[in-house]
Amino acid sequence: MNIKLKIWRQKNAQSKGKFETYSLNDVSPEMGFLEMLDYLNQELISKGEDPVAIDHDCREGICGSCGLYINGQPHGPEPKTTTCELRMRSFKDGSLITVEPFRSRMFPVIKDLLIDRSAFDKILIAGGFISSNTGTAPEANSIPVCKKKSDKAFDMAACIGCGACVAACKNASAMLFVAAKINQYALLPQGKVEAAERVKKMVAKMDELGFGSCSNTYACEAKCPKGISVSAIAKMNREFLHAKIVAE
Amino acid sequence: MTKLDAKIPAGPLSEKWTTHKNNLRLVNPANKKRIDIIVVGTGLAGASAASSLGEMGYNVKVFCYSDTPRRAHSVAAQGGINAAKNYKNDGDSVYRLFYDMIKGGDFRAREANVYRAAEVSNDVIDHYIALGVPFARDYGGYLDNRSFGGVQVSRTFYAKGQTGQQCILGTYSSLLRQVDKGTVVMYPRYDVLDIVKVEGKARGIIARNLVNGELERHSAHAVILATGGYGTVYYLSTLAVNSNASAAWAAYKKGAFFGNPSFVQIHPTSIPVLNEFQSKLTLMSESLRNDGRVWVPKNKGDKRKPVDIPEEERDYYLERRYPAFGNLVPRDVASRAAKERCDAGYGVGDTGLSVYLDFKDAIEKQGKKTIENKYGNLFEMYEKISGENPYETPMRIYPAGHYTMGGLWVDYNLMTTVPGLFSIGESNFSDHGANRLGASSLMQCSGDGYFILPYTISDYLADDIRTGKISSDTPEFIQAEKNTSDKIKRLLSINGNQTPLTFHKKLGKIMWDYCGMVRNEEGLKKAIELIDALKEAFWSDLKVAGKADELNQELEKALRVADFIELAKLMCYDGLNRKESCGAHFREESQTENGEARRQDDAYSFVAAWAYTDDENPPQLHKEELVFENVAVKERSYE
Repeated sequence: MNIKLKIWRQKNAQSKGKFETYSLNDVSPEMGFLEMLDYLNQELISKGEDPVAIDHDCREGICGSCGLYINGQPHGPEPKTTTCELRMRSFKDGSLITVEPFRSRMFPVIKDLLIDRSAFDKILIAGGFISSNTGTAPEANSIPVCKKKSDKAFDMAACIGCGACVAACKNASAMLFVAAKINQYALLPQGKVEAAERVKKMVAKMDELGFGSCSNTYACEAKCPKGISVSAIAKMNREFLHAKIVAE
Repeated sequence: MTKLDAKIPAGPLSEKWTTHKNNLRLVNPANKKRIDIIVVGTGLAGASAASSLGEMGYNVKVFCYSDTPRRAHSVAAQGGINAAKNYKNDGDSVYRLFYDMIKGGDFRAREANVYRAAEVSNDVIDHYIALGVPFARDYGGYLDNRSFGGVQVSRTFYAKGQTGQQCILGTYSSLLRQVDKGTVVMYPRYDVLDIVKVEGKARGIIARNLVNGELERHSAHAVILATGGYGTVYYLSTLAVNSNASAAWAAYKKGAFFGNPSFVQIHPTSIPVLNEFQSKLTLMSESLRNDGRVWVPKNKGDKRKPVDIPEEERDYYLERRYPAFGNLVPRDVASRAAKERCDAGYGVGDTGLSVYLDFKDAIEKQGKKTIENKYGNLFEMYEKISGENPYETPMRIYPAGHYTMGGLWVDYNLMTTVPGLFSIGESNFSDHGANRLGASSLMQCSGDGYFILPYTISDYLADDIRTGKISSDTPEFIQAEKNTSDKIKRLLSINGNQTPLTFHKKLGKIMWDYCGMVRNEEGLKKAIELIDALKEAFWSDLKVAGKADELNQELEKALRVADFIELAKLMCYDGLNRKESCGAHFREESQTENGEARRQDDAYSFVAAWAYTDDENPPQLHKEELVFENVAVKERSYE
């Protein structure tokens, strides 16, 4: 198949970016979206042009590095799919594909399609952990956990930290990302001890960094490649209220 | 040739580690604050070591090439993590886990290290549970286990097909907790390009800031490499595409011996190559072989749809050849069996380079729901990539480069031959012999980082409590930075025609063809010639776009490929030197009548540890003789 690409090019964080258009022929429908961009880059280099910078690593949908806005959607058109899992068979021959970095003021562009998502680490540093030093753990089976809760905790823990939720949200809210972590730990007995402190600290950090609030558009859930449900946000709000009112 | 001393403690196997720990020196809390440690890599090994050392009170700097530590490729480990908990009451024990690993590794691993890895495995599980890792549970609320290849007990803990991801998130959370406490400082988006030695000891690194291209000198009292494996030497592999060997290779060139470099595990169940631009091979967890049955048509070139091929015309070749273990034979055995069938013309798919992994019987017996619970996300992943639904038609799989048992040689204390330079996790050679059993990688990485290195490194650092800060302005640091800077300048000034990717693909093909699943003397010699020619072409016809002082992913690739080319040659030397077959290293000249690997214990019961000489001369071989006092060395049979 032959395609046209409209790609955001930006030399570095300081410079102003713009769209460039490229034609690419003989694209195989079996190619991954990133493999198509590898192919484009080889073509650009052979013409003496600068290749497009992209964040990518595992290329199997689990590391969370890749994250592109494709035709106006984080990770492109397919549900529950990361950019690296997206195949060119999702596009028609002759189509124009617009590729941008995740659009969010919270994720500044470093170069081309490569962005700075360190704000996520900052939120987790504020409290996204269970305080258990190496060596302090009791025997693993001494804390039985109801299977239903444990499975739910797993569903919440499936977040890969890609940032699609923030990019999809018109308010640049990180509520789904934060709620997933809050819920994972709140559901487990090990995490309950610090639950109140954790939710207060993480929410405060999220606000301080400038992430927006949730206005219930569900855009985050729709674009989460791991299908994390917005019900997490409601539960986080409950955890937060509980921490503020009951626990204090 | 010198004999290497692994510093294995005396005494009975089951008491070695306890005795050793009791004899190791400690560093008191006040003195720990005066000691700096550099950790390279933030996978399970690196992040667990960094967080534990931070908790103990050391000053830790941790480097990774990703934008955040959480993305390290441990995330991709799917199937599980082993421990000798014996929760299934099926006769498991530390000894059995140890024995399975020794046997699985085809008697080419060090007994004492393997026993210790098994010994700390239970602590690792306890710790992950404490960190909130959501391993699978049964309805009573207790932890569930499943079985994995090469063993007859169920000892594998798992979190659906995301065990690595969940373990890394637990480890990363404890790392971030130390960042919050100020004991750990993170350096994401850095490539570590050289190790700096001062008076014979590892005292720092040269790292390139990948955002602005600047070279930085970082000093410390000890350096820990947790940089993973070098499977991307094959270009196509199950590894993350940026995984690389550069820091480990720099260590080798600074005097760290490289152990068994040719020992590479080719994983039997990866999604096969589907197009010529393919950049990686996606693994389908070995756990699938618990319920999936591997087969090819009995008739050559049978082009019918798999569901239309009747039962009696299917060859379940693993069940046929290995009735005792069936589809659960170790990885190396399963990989070679698939290659054998495909080479004989029974392979399926357009290329004939794949076999079926069929869940029909399992779905009939257990129901779709159960299978979905066990493998749902793997099935989804398969469908996304291949466009086929594995609930309805069998998966197609083929072996792919996966895990490197070889790596930096370390002694019992996990220290390389360079004092103060440690290597943990996949980047060292130690625990898996000539073949790694499934679910023992997460186990080893975590054990090394959480429960072994923190003890052994303190013993080394006990000598450094009065040393004071290490300066990074000494001639050694200045020279190392200059060497790195010169190398970068040289790469950028070649101005040839071929990109780093082109060279990487060429190298990968040479290695897959001649130093892959099956090797022989003629092929390995040919590979060495081809690699020499490729190296010459690389340094005369390479084209690297962009500049040194900016974010430049082409330069990153060029630096990595330059090292891979050299490492590839070392792998071939090692493969050539070892004229026996053992585990994943299959020399055609050394096989049984049934086509199984034939070890030659009299001649090759040793670890081959290679020392760098210079760029012109071949490496020098040192041997660590393997002594088996606790197991009877016998032919590995899964029939």
